[in-house]
Amino acid sequence: MVGPSSSHTAGACRLGLLARCLVGGTPQRARVELHGSFARTGEGHGTDKAIVAGLMGFRPDDERIRDALGIAERESLAYVFEKTTLGNDETTHPNSVRITVERADRKHAMLGSSLGAGRVFVSEIDGFPVEVHGGYHTIVLVAEDVKGSIARIAGIIADDGLNIATLRLTRKERGGDAFIVIELDEAPNDKALADIRALSWVRWSFALDKVGA
Amino acid sequence: MYRSIREAIRDAEAKHIPLSQLALEVESKDQGRPVAEIRAALKRALDVMRGAIEQGLTGQHKSASGLVGGDAAKLHRGPAGPLSGTPFRDVLARALAVQEVNAAMGVIVAAPTAGGAGVLPAVLTGLAQAKRLSDERLVDALATAGLIGAVVAERASLSGAEGGCQAETGAAAGMAAGAGTELMGGTPAQVGHAVALAQQGTLGLVCDPLGGLVELPCVFRNATGAAIALAAIEMALAGITFAIPADEVIDTMGEIGREMDVRCRETAGGGLAATPTGRRLARERLVQIKKGGEG
Repeated sequence: MVGPSSSHTAGACRLGLLARCLVGGTPQRARVELHGSFARTGEGHGTDKAIVAGLMGFRPDDERIRDALGIAERESLAYVFEKTTLGNDETTHPNSVRITVERADRKHAMLGSSLGAGRVFVSEIDGFPVEVHGGYHTIVLVAEDVKGSIARIAGIIADDGLNIATLRLTRKERGGDAFIVIELDEAPNDKALADIRALSWVRWSFALDKVGA
Repeated sequence: MYRSIREAIRDAEAKHIPLSQLALEVESKDQGRPVAEIRAALKRALDVMRGAIEQGLTGQHKSASGLVGGDAAKLHRGPAGPLSGTPFRDVLARALAVQEVNAAMGVIVAAPTAGGAGVLPAVLTGLAQAKRLSDERLVDALATAGLIGAVVAERASLSGAEGGCQAETGAAAGMAAGAGTELMGGTPAQVGHAVALAQQGTLGLVCDPLGGLVELPCVFRNATGAAIALAAIEMALAGITFAIPADEVIDTMGEIGREMDVRCRETAGGGLAATPTGRRLARERLVQIKKGGEG
């Protein structure tokens, strides 16, 4: 990785990489709200450079991280950084960030934390609570609460030759939208993702890349 | 992945294999990749570690703020001290070297973090150089270090913002002590004692970087962290045991971290960062970074 901080540089870069996945490529606009130690000490650690680098698809060991802000300008990625408070110290990790990304007609937001040693965790996507670690290829989807939904999705994934590492389903109420997070050992191919998106009761879905440890 | 040093030692002893082999087998199973691939990845990490040491020892690296840099070269080529010509001084120089490269946004291996990245490569490559040990042995030692680091991550923390410097250079000292002990022919039990001996010496260590920059005292904490790791290796190999098991020392580190004042957890609000000189330097240097603009 490129220094100087695994939390503030490598982890921040990985969070940028995950946010990029929400819009399927380098966003045109990004709003980055930094919380806690990210806000207080991020500047000196290159957190701003690392997040922008991640948004452009650079990995944590890419030496271009140093020049990421300049490159973003040339690539027409308009970014804005804000220092804010995303929650209290009990519930919100000291290195947390909300990243809102826009690309063409897509606009999404995620809340993520850098846990140390470059490990990251996404706790919210578009306001829905999720648990995504960057250590797996992950499919995140919101579906109507129909019977057999898990079986259908698991079937598509199995047909694609993929192995499910973990699967979590949460819903706010019976009959309400179900939020499904599937962590996979291998990367899903485009066909599997298209098959899942084609299901009439899937409202939306994201494929998040494995971004490291 | 193991959640306990004790369990790992028990399994290694039962199988009559070193902890490194156990770590490689477990990692191979977890990742679904052959051991050879994992060894190859560790060898690449070793090469990056060596690259950082080489670069740092040239003394050409200055950090973004200019607060640190060039000190590794002083130990490498500078005036003699009582430890000149010993592996000890060489290890200190290597630890500073990696961390000076890190502060300059150079390429390093987080081990376990970037802020603590100097300790492990310094101790392992320094010992290997002094004792003429092969890269094969070094790769094994890195696997052992990974096993120890994973246990610390599970039981305590590897984040200065969560647990202070004891979770960064402290964890790194534990990893380096354990891995170095195996590298020098120590038994799995001796590895456990080395981890405990190193980490007991860093309990309570705060994270207090000037201006929040991973520079001062971080660069020097890596050298002192490496010194603690060497002390632990020497004691463990001499047959000295530590009565509190490594797992419990690690748990204690986690507890102390959770109780630590937020000012001493990487927020630059306490410790050396809050001293009159620390505040003044941070103010001046942050202005300089902003003036410097894009690097």
